[in-house]
Amino acid sequence: MKNDVKGTEIYKTDPLIKRWDYSLSYTHSYAQDSEFFKALGRNVLLGSYCKQCNYKYGTYRKYCMYCGSETADIELPLKGKIHTFTTCYYSGEPFMNDVPYTLILVEFEGIDSLFMSRLINKNNTKISIGMGVMAKFKSLQKFDVNDVYFIPEL
Amino acid sequence: MNDVYIVSAGMTKFRKHNYDEDFRLMVKRAFDYALNDADITHKDMDGSVSAYFSDHIQGQLIAGAMTNDYIGLATKPSKRIEGGGATGGLAFQAGYEEIASGNMETCAVYGFESMSHLNTWKGNDVIALGSDSNFDYPLGGFYTAYYALMATRHMHEFGTTPEQMAMVSVKNHGNAMHNPFAQSPMKITVDDVLKSPMVATPLTMLDISLMSDGAACVILASEERAKSLCKNPVKIRAIGSSSDTMRLSDRPFGKVPLLPNESKDDYKNLKYPGVHSFRAGRIAAKMAYERANINDPLKEIDFAELYDSYTSAEIQAYEDLGFCKYGEGGKFIEKGYSEINNKLPVNPEGGLIASGHAIGATGIMQAVYAFWQLQHSVKKHLKNGKLQVENAKRGVIHSHAGTGAYETVSILER
Ligand SMILES: [Zn+2]
Repeated sequence: MKNDVKGTEIYKTDPLIKRWDYSLSYTHSYAQDSEFFKALGRNVLLGSYCKQCNYKYGTYRKYCMYCGSETADIELPLKGKIHTFTTCYYSGEPFMNDVPYTLILVEFEGIDSLFMSRLINKNNTKISIGMGVMAKFKSLQKFDVNDVYFIPEL
Repeated sequence: MNDVYIVSAGMTKFRKHNYDEDFRLMVKRAFDYALNDADITHKDMDGSVSAYFSDHIQGQLIAGAMTNDYIGLATKPSKRIEGGGATGGLAFQAGYEEIASGNMETCAVYGFESMSHLNTWKGNDVIALGSDSNFDYPLGGFYTAYYALMATRHMHEFGTTPEQMAMVSVKNHGNAMHNPFAQSPMKITVDDVLKSPMVATPLTMLDISLMSDGAACVILASEERAKSLCKNPVKIRAIGSSSDTMRLSDRPFGKVPLLPNESKDDYKNLKYPGVHSFRAGRIAAKMAYERANINDPLKEIDFAELYDSYTSAEIQAYEDLGFCKYGEGGKFIEKGYSEINNKLPVNPEGGLIASGHAIGATGIMQAVYAFWQLQHSVKKHLKNGKLQVENAKRGVIHSHAGTGAYETVSILER
């Protein structure tokens, strides 16, 4: 009940500036990318293979961007190397409580393109290009790309 | 194709927030500035192209049409162009196409954004939705992080340093000291940049462009109309544009599309573009240079308005646009080549880092500045001539969407 009588937030009167809240909840289908997200629950990281081009994608896509043909699902190796990295001390609002966190692009042996993920590391200053990393999977699946993350190779 | 000219231009000062003027009035200010400067009226316009990036940031859809009626162009043909950070650059080229095709004889191209509607954290978030919302955004991906991933790899590949990036910030903030339209004029040192708060390694707060409220406008015309409307119009000699994958992870490892002054041997072991360089910028530049018959950009271009959304991006753009070879961008700034009245002044008015970045207005702001440079009217508009590139005959403007998902390069000549 109290919410119903909440007043209007006015920041300034000249010019007149007020707060305006506007939000949306989306019905978000992963559609043709669904297999990738489901596979994370089986501790499997899927990439894509184009037979026509003999090209292996490190990020799942159902159709080849070079020839347009349908790709086949392949299992990516669970070990790779850091191709590049950044440690974030600021972020977009939903991730404010996560900072600092590290994003990496992972390169896999025999795979032609990269995969973006988080690196969970005790020490954010000891990260370097070429460093070995391994995939880990969250035990509680949330059906987003954070169901997989990487740690330094043991 | 018909030749296309800029006959007038105008803009508002870029500000952190402009609560006294909404987007419609900001555009009116920029448009009226342009009309007054060339003694044109809105009745001379055959139509318009509007540019703004985000319906979410604006809190208003179809804001282009609202602007169009506000400035007196209702009933004329008009459309809105959107392409991330390249919105203004793409709209400028769409205006060019209107004239080049003969569809219009005169066209107003205007852009705007009101970034102050959202705080910085929320702004980061909304802009981050301009990345793959299945694979990249949910990781906590946002634009500074994406450019930082590229900068880290550029450093690894070519030995570029944070100090060299900081020099871009020092230059652009310093240039803005003489530009009354600029949001953030500052006399700072390399050390100030390195010591400012880290946002995403290696980029600090002072390596990053601003979020601005602002509007900018150019008026384009055919040759015949240009002659009657303006004493010293500026010709749009050529346009080039390109696109690339939205996700950084999809970028291939192939070969460099070579400019006339480069050879295969220059890049024997370089896998391209990977994530160290912007392939779309290179291809857009190559297209524009071929159309303008430019063979040696460093010698044949007098100044450039480059898309310095980050200091690293300006260094990368030196290379993408062939001002130096890939790998030499860091040295290019270190040697001072991009400073005013050096070999090829870049962002003489302060760029996105110091003049400001009101996304939809930004690419048009670049065109406004380039127009004034080529008219040799910087002194008139900026109330001082310190930033006038001496004897400027040919300039380049350049913009990015995403991490180079769209890029535009346009070449202007006096
Ligand atoms: Zn294929």
